Amino acid sequence: MSNVIITAENISKRYVIGHQGASGDGVRHILETVFRNPAQWLRARRERSRQASEEFWALKDVSFSVNRGDVVGIIGRNGAGKSTLLKVLSRITEPTTGRIEIGGRVASLLEVGTGFHGDLSGRENIFLNGAILGMTKVEIKKKFDEIVAFSEIERFLDTPVKRYSSGMFVRLAFAVAAHLEPEILIVDEVLAVGDASFQKKCLGKMDEVARGGRTVLFVSHNMAVMRQLCNKGILLNQGQVMKTGSIGEVVDTYLAAGAECEGFWQRNPPAPSKDGIYAESASVLNHAGEPAGHLDCAEGFTIELKVRANGSFNKGQVAVGVMNKEGVAIFTTANADTAREYQPILSGRHTYRIKVPGNFLAPDTYYIRVTCHQPHFQTYDALDTLSFRIEDTGSLRSVFFDGRSGIVEPVLEWSDNHEK
Amino acid sequence: MAQRLIIEAGRSERQYWRDLWRYRELFVFLAWRDLLIRYKQTAVGVAWSLLRPALTMVALLVTMKIGGIKSGDAPAPLFLMCGMLPWQFFATALSESGNSLVNNSNLISKVYFPRLVVPASSVITSFVDFLIGCAFAVLLMFWFKFIPPLTVFLLPLFVLLTFGVALGAGLWIAALMVKYRDFRFIVPFAVQFGLYIAPVLTMTSRVPEIYQWHGMDLPLRLIYSLNPMVGIIDGYRWALLGGEHHIFAPGLAASIAGVVLLLWSGLGYFRKTERGFADMI
Repeated sequence: MSNVIITAENISKRYVIGHQGASGDGVRHILETVFRNPAQWLRARRERSRQASEEFWALKDVSFSVNRGDVVGIIGRNGAGKSTLLKVLSRITEPTTGRIEIGGRVASLLEVGTGFHGDLSGRENIFLNGAILGMTKVEIKKKFDEIVAFSEIERFLDTPVKRYSSGMFVRLAFAVAAHLEPEILIVDEVLAVGDASFQKKCLGKMDEVARGGRTVLFVSHNMAVMRQLCNKGILLNQGQVMKTGSIGEVVDTYLAAGAECEGFWQRNPPAPSKDGIYAESASVLNHAGEPAGHLDCAEGFTIELKVRANGSFNKGQVAVGVMNKEGVAIFTTANADTAREYQPILSGRHTYRIKVPGNFLAPDTYYIRVTCHQPHFQTYDALDTLSFRIEDTGSLRSVFFDGRSGIVEPVLEWSDNHEK
Repeated sequence: MAQRLIIEAGRSERQYWRDLWRYRELFVFLAWRDLLIRYKQTAVGVAWSLLRPALTMVALLVTMKIGGIKSGDAPAPLFLMCGMLPWQFFATALSESGNSLVNNSNLISKVYFPRLVVPASSVITSFVDFLIGCAFAVLLMFWFKFIPPLTVFLLPLFVLLTFGVALGAGLWIAALMVKYRDFRFIVPFAVQFGLYIAPVLTMTSRVPEIYQWHGMDLPLRLIYSLNPMVGIIDGYRWALLGGEHHIFAPGLAASIAGVVLLLWSGLGYFRKTERGFADMI
């Protein structure tokens, strides 16, 4: 028997975008036009299907194969098509073209706690969620004690989950999913929730699943986790496969690809013209004020961000997150921070400059994530933009060579009050 | 063991029925969930499913008395029950299964299972209410010392027909609702309106068989019977009350044909649109 468990050939997935106004007319409008002027309605219909060519390929000719027992990391920037690929593989949505052959039972975990109901108790939710994820009642009963033990919620088994803390909720939800026993497990970035110790426990469980000989497809932005868990990788970029191979190679390619636009980023294609706040370009300026991708670790630098607001927003927010190459956020800063309250963003172009001090970031490669949104209401942009490098020009760890730990490396003032 | 699964555009037919069987427990779990949460944090609890038909019956009884509507030989409450129970089963099943996909959109967009499970389990939930209502009807029979005729053994046939109408119409509405939320407003209206059109408060035999309209002979009663619920409610009355309640044979045939058509087309439309649910909902 062949060792290949998943074969995907030329799968593509098309979405038609901007169809909200076009095909979401509602019955009233359709009935009205049909009765008033059938000819016009037909013409409009034809017109509309032509307009529908404003389409978007979330996946384009994706082909790959996965061997039994592989743990495959699917890597790519936001919008690269990772989640769409998982949805197609787990049969939630259909590919537009292409063919996939899967030789085993698939369970997918795209979200923690899908189908949980707040009014039901923990016990009831275990059964309900298990059934939704494809377990039989007998299987759930057999695993019940294990699930409860893993989630550490024994005392609250008969409490409605709406009274749970968010940590308890996540623990229970993950526990149910972790005890699925499919031949193929598909997991989206679900570990980004919960506290550190629980994340560790989840990773341990994932590792155990993988070592149990099951095939796992896994999406995460955390490259450290990817390297640790996976043995194979698939790199997606704008819906296409850029590279497949061992996880080390793929992660390296991904990181190197990010370095292409070092120090400068320009939105391409241009920002949409509909209402909203959109980032147009971003750059990093060194202490001399010149755009640069490589920065001296001892000197401060400036992040310059050009944003266009289509319409004015009373409470808009533009936030900048600096991430290391593993995807760990070092810090996040927003235009509201200085005043400590949300700032209006008026219609037009804005150029924001953010000063970052020297002797702060450790020598490493970082990238900048830009988020434009109306807090708690609507997000317009969440983009990974440029990457830059903090060069080691005599950092503490290179001076002392002491292998000191910590993601940042501030040079802090020490005083010594000595008494004899 | 090694079942091979093939995913291709437009091809899911072969695995579908097998999957439906594999997920059979989910029907029960979803229905069980809906029943469990329905009466959480209510003071009266499950008693609501008895109170609801009882209170509706009282209201309709008053209407009958005021309007001078005749119920025939059988006691008026029993006459009403025979119309109200199937109608309410249909009405709740239609609105609940119609909304079911949209209400469970988080499931639809995050997990795979045959989507048919969702509206079908809503119909099952409404069926449980129907059974409780039936228990109430049996109590009423004891109260009135009413012994149903032998035709009562044919009742399950009509229950099955009600189930079919409810599921067929529910599938249509559920699938349409994914795309056109207009049905959220249409359904309650249609249900309210239908109560007056269906022979809940009246009898089909009151509808003239032939009606003169501009010199034409219209088979009015047959037209009336095109509504599948007409034949079904008549069937309940015939099976449970007997006496003057007869089956209008062409009407019953129309009902059965209507049920089959609704189920078949509903299933077809649902299966056809199902693939796009996750992208559209």
